[in-house]
Amino acid sequence: MSRKLLLEHINVPGINTLEVYRQKGGYRAVEKALKTLTPEEIVEEVKKSGLRGRGGAGFPTGMKWSFLAKPEGVARYLVCNADESEPGTFKDRYLMTYIPHALIEGMIVSSFALGAKVSYIYVRGEMMPQIRILEKAIAEAKAAGWLGKNILGTGYDLELYVQPGGGAYICGEETALLESLEGKRGNPRIKPPFPAIAGLYGCPTVVNNVESIAAVVPIINDGGDEYAKIGIGRSTGTKLISASGNLVKPGVYEIELGLPVEEFIYSDEYCGGIANGKRLKATVAGGSSVPILPANLTLKYANGEPRLMSYESLSEGGFATGTMMGSGGFIAFDEDQCIVRNTWNFARFYHHESCGQCSPCREGTGWMEKVLHKIEHGHGKMEDVDLLWDIQRKIEGNTICPLGDAAAWPVASAIRHFRDEFEWHIKEPVKSQSHNYGIANYATPIEKAPVTEEK
Amino acid sequence: MLKVEEQTPVVFSSELLAKFDDVKSRYPADKSKSALLPLLHLVQAEYLWVSTSAMDKVAEYLNIQPIEVYEVATFYSMYFLKPQGKYALEVCRTGPCCLVGAEKILSHLENKLGVKEGEVTADGLFSFRGVECLAACGFGPVLQISPEYTFYENLTEASVDKLIEDLKNKI
Repeated sequence: MSRKLLLEHINVPGINTLEVYRQKGGYRAVEKALKTLTPEEIVEEVKKSGLRGRGGAGFPTGMKWSFLAKPEGVARYLVCNADESEPGTFKDRYLMTYIPHALIEGMIVSSFALGAKVSYIYVRGEMMPQIRILEKAIAEAKAAGWLGKNILGTGYDLELYVQPGGGAYICGEETALLESLEGKRGNPRIKPPFPAIAGLYGCPTVVNNVESIAAVVPIINDGGDEYAKIGIGRSTGTKLISASGNLVKPGVYEIELGLPVEEFIYSDEYCGGIANGKRLKATVAGGSSVPILPANLTLKYANGEPRLMSYESLSEGGFATGTMMGSGGFIAFDEDQCIVRNTWNFARFYHHESCGQCSPCREGTGWMEKVLHKIEHGHGKMEDVDLLWDIQRKIEGNTICPLGDAAAWPVASAIRHFRDEFEWHIKEPVKSQSHNYGIANYATPIEKAPVTEEK
Repeated sequence: MLKVEEQTPVVFSSELLAKFDDVKSRYPADKSKSALLPLLHLVQAEYLWVSTSAMDKVAEYLNIQPIEVYEVATFYSMYFLKPQGKYALEVCRTGPCCLVGAEKILSHLENKLGVKEGEVTADGLFSFRGVECLAACGFGPVLQISPEYTFYENLTEASVDKLIEDLKNKI
């Protein structure tokens, strides 16, 4: 069994209540932080831990905190990004549902470290049940003196509020989230200035993912050095992985970073293999935005070495033969799944979720959806595959926020690795409506790395 | 946008306004526009949709221009800008849910309810639509029902049938 830092007590009855959470050692980190550590020392522990943002970008959390501007007499804010909307990702929902106090405890410690007197948890609007759970837990914590005025007699005041979103993927992007929290459309801002300088209401602001904030609790309890001992290389600590698709046991798993991908998919401790005795065809390892990989490249690098669940190992080989850790949304496709249909589905998603601010994304995502719809429904032409490639190249890197890249990568990687499946749809417009292309050679060992146009 | 005849003038109850005040107290005094999204959710929970008349009233309450409310209500996908069924079923139709049968659930609902996506059943009880990822991919297919956003996971055609019967019997 691997070490569990966030989900250790997930199965304890009543762990969602303050009482049981306290019995299991909850709120120790608040006591330790507020009574024995300075804000600077907390930031230092988080830096030492090597914790990297768990929302997708993987930027070191301690470093992000150290960028926060601290002008005299100006409010500072911590905003928790609980807008979890990346297809394939549902770990934050899980954490907030079952251990809401882990997030609240992390918010108190982190707010203290950053000097925030008011903090917000921005939860996607669809998660109304989780919003109710968090509000109840906040009320419990406040009644017990963990929030509000003069916490633990230390003179530190903190108010914590839950803010519902309105149903927009783009609000997971931190500046769009801040716009939304200000009561506006979720249009991402041009950076710089970064939120650390001018964020919520123009004040210095840190935006962190739910899991990152919850991870601060074990980091403070055990020390940053202890946390950094877990994991592999620059991928320290544990990570929540949301496993979905055609798996025997989909769900949320806490892994020590560095676990072999093969073990994660097939061992009974984790996903238990592919459902219904089928074979693995492909995976999306880090949420819908990251490149899709065929089964062979999921399990091993092009040179045959095993691939691990870590930031570095998942991206080994670059986009030619690798992918990304992203938010840890692991989607498995069995041999009967159609890559073209899934790519069309994702393209429709990004088209729907584009905020419309930048032309390459607003127009490009719509074009990709239309062309993919055509191919999937048996009306494609051979030149459409190159057209798709061309469109995604024109979106990537040409937009204010990363949604453009996120929309381009699934299409690019699907063509890169599954081009023959796209071409089969075009050559067999009738048969492809009732048959699957199947697993082809996507699961067989790689003889040579796929040839791709490099940037 | 809505036809004028569909609009009923709205007067917010004192209970609803008390909830508005509570939300507004969460932000700095000069930043009350931050309350806009939560307020629209409260309006929708009360009326099951957000009419132009209600949006105008929200603008008045927050002391902002009506267009500032319209642009937000039309940007975010959760706000219903026309009346829905009493139970508005929203089925996730994004990738991971489709790998485990979400498309079948959507077409089953269409057959079962006898209406197309976005339409309301004759008895006013049900409407349904496909929505994008609801962050429950490991428990798909999933659907949610506003305004409480109760959540139903691992759907099958049989469990959807049962859900619809249960909701019918609830009234």
